[in-house]
Amino acid sequence: MLAYIVRRFLYAFPILIGVNLITFALFFVVNTPDDMARMQLGVKRVTPEAIERWKAERGYDKPLMLNSDASGTKVLTDTIFFEKSARMFVGDFGRAEDGRDIAHEIGKRMGPSLAIALPTFILGLFITVSFALTLAFFRATAFDFWGVVLCVAAMSISGLFYIIGGQYLISKVWRLVPISGFGDGLEAWRFLILPVLIGVVSGIGSSTRWYRTIFLEEVNKDYVRTARAKGLPETLVFFRHILRNALIPILTGVVVVIPLLFMGSLLTESFFGIPGLGSYTIDAINAQDFAVVRSMVFIGSVLYIVGLILTDISYTVVDPRIRFE
Amino acid sequence: MMPFQIVVLWSDMLVWLLVAAGVGLGVLIARNPPLRAAWRRVGANRVGMAAATVLLTFVLVGLLDSLHYHLRMEGKPGQPATYAIEVLSVLDALATPLRSRNEKTYSEPFATRLYAKESIDLPGGGTTRDYPRLKHGGKHLGDDEGAVVEDAGFTAFRAAAIAFVGWLGLVAAAGALVGRQPGDAALSGLQRIWRGETDFAWNAVLATLAAILLVVVPLFWLAGSYHVFGTDKVGQSVLYQVLKSVRTGLIIGLVTTLVMLPMAVLLGIVAGYFRGWVDDLIQYIYTVLNSIPGVLLIAAAVLMMQVVIDTHPQWFSTAAERADLRLLALCFILGITSWTGLCRLLRGETLKLRELEYIQAAQAFGVSNGRIIVRHILPNLMHIVIIALVMDFSGLVLAEAVLSYVGIGVDPTMTSFGTMINNARMELGREPVVWWSLAAAFSAMFILVLAANLFADAVRDAFDPRAA
Repeated sequence: MLAYIVRRFLYAFPILIGVNLITFALFFVVNTPDDMARMQLGVKRVTPEAIERWKAERGYDKPLMLNSDASGTKVLTDTIFFEKSARMFVGDFGRAEDGRDIAHEIGKRMGPSLAIALPTFILGLFITVSFALTLAFFRATAFDFWGVVLCVAAMSISGLFYIIGGQYLISKVWRLVPISGFGDGLEAWRFLILPVLIGVVSGIGSSTRWYRTIFLEEVNKDYVRTARAKGLPETLVFFRHILRNALIPILTGVVVVIPLLFMGSLLTESFFGIPGLGSYTIDAINAQDFAVVRSMVFIGSVLYIVGLILTDISYTVVDPRIRFE
Repeated sequence: MMPFQIVVLWSDMLVWLLVAAGVGLGVLIARNPPLRAAWRRVGANRVGMAAATVLLTFVLVGLLDSLHYHLRMEGKPGQPATYAIEVLSVLDALATPLRSRNEKTYSEPFATRLYAKESIDLPGGGTTRDYPRLKHGGKHLGDDEGAVVEDAGFTAFRAAAIAFVGWLGLVAAAGALVGRQPGDAALSGLQRIWRGETDFAWNAVLATLAAILLVVVPLFWLAGSYHVFGTDKVGQSVLYQVLKSVRTGLIIGLVTTLVMLPMAVLLGIVAGYFRGWVDDLIQYIYTVLNSIPGVLLIAAAVLMMQVVIDTHPQWFSTAAERADLRLLALCFILGITSWTGLCRLLRGETLKLRELEYIQAAQAFGVSNGRIIVRHILPNLMHIVIIALVMDFSGLVLAEAVLSYVGIGVDPTMTSFGTMINNARMELGREPVVWWSLAAAFSAMFILVLAANLFADAVRDAFDPRAA
């Protein structure tokens, strides 16, 4: 098991290098640092000196991949690729446009992101699985039919509508919770309720439908028929046999997103003014802060790959038939 | 000499290319019995066909909006013709009253006055604060502003009556068509439609058409004298913006798949069929692309595209052209980031197919690899491709709105559901509440996406061998 996990982490390394090369190509080859400088400085203030100064301040004045002027290992290390891309592997993300250390900022903002994302995830999973189980239990009845209709309608509504509508109705008209903002410690719950609620509601449609198909696939399997043939009541069949077996694909399916919860949600955080990683990314996009976007791409990929590895491990844990060699 | 000059934007070209590809695909399907049978099952599905009717209405609007031209400017005779910079489409021409009759700022649907009080100069000198009269909304009523409900109701009723007569004509035509097909001779075509005894779900299509006509005809009739969906901050008709947004949504949903499809199909089949290092390489590429969270990769690529566009203003002669190319670039980026899922599916399926006896027989006969792929593997993957195409569409339309809100979507000057929502998001905070822009954008998007989802379900049910 341990050897398997270690090997999986070694496999992840080339993928991260690939991600790194793609972001490097996007941010430094497709557009030269000169282009970025011109964009950041604005049309009016562009002079060759200003561009040079801008590049020097950010360390973008070095050669891209190979520094032919340097000697020894400096040929490779005194370059933009090494300084800006390769250093991300050790957690050095450089500085944002406002001069703050990106790694420090990320550490500070993970908490608020997680405070929204984790309750949304757990509550959402619980509610959608229960709802899907109910639909599957009453399969081929009017209740099931209208439940699915409701799901299809719910998944056809834009996520923006849930946020804008929820904010308007609950915060502005009913004045139950603050419209946006974030507090420290226990005071935070008043700010968290609405974004968590909206996050759960907006995910109900597609997830319920997906879990319902998983349950229905399970319903017709041989072991279920055996259980019924033995005379077990339908409720017991559902809760003891079907639920437990259907949870295998459901749980292994959601494991991959658990690490990504750290990244937060772009939309929710920017609408509710949560100082998390999602709003950090949005602000960076709007301010065209390339260093921050680059770092978030890298961190996102790392978390995704960790999620993939966790998925594989969770398969072996929950399903004893699967053994990885 | 023509009073206009035809302009072909890049996206127009792709739209019509897509139409041509659709026709070509139709011919291909007609010659392939299993696919034809599957499409027959789609045609028999009532919900699916009702959704298809709604979708086709949207497509019609989008196509009308994809024929562009410049108007010729009035000039002295003998001089070379000059053309207006503004690029118009056939839809703009049809909706000229909607496009040109702008108010000063917000006004409610069917309002005759602006939504906020302003200082108005009285004829006899001095000023008063009141709601100013709209320049166009309800102008024909004159001073009789209280008659809006009666007037609008009567106009809507008259238009609905005309729409109903038109619909009866369509029903008669469909009945005649069905009557000529072989079937129960004792029943006329109309009776067969009414009882639902036709292979094609005529009853669903006709019922949907009735609903569409009874809503759309009165709406546009009223739009001649009122702002039926109200006006936005700069006084533009919201109905016009909704119409213009349809094309953007369709292009995002369709052109993206056009970008994604060749890549996914080619790489998926090649990886599954040849295996070995080719497979390893392709798997590596899509794992890398897949491991970057979608929104972030799109954000990074769009940021870079913005830099390219901003630093090369000389490439674009008009603002419309720039917005158009930015839309296409967005489709391209969405395509690059979304082909991996389909590619993995196709690779897995090809791995299974290549071990089957009929492929081995073809190999034993010495059929070339290329021919095996095109003749024997590709047709057996078509159902996966078609399902993926229709399933992706609705997600892309929704994604456009989110991306435009985040600021990495279409050009801000281009009308789309996303930019409409983005411009209107602060309006619910106003006093009085300005709700009509958001309501119109969300409703139109909901109808489009719901129709796409229902159609996708019908297609999946018909094509998925597991469901049969």
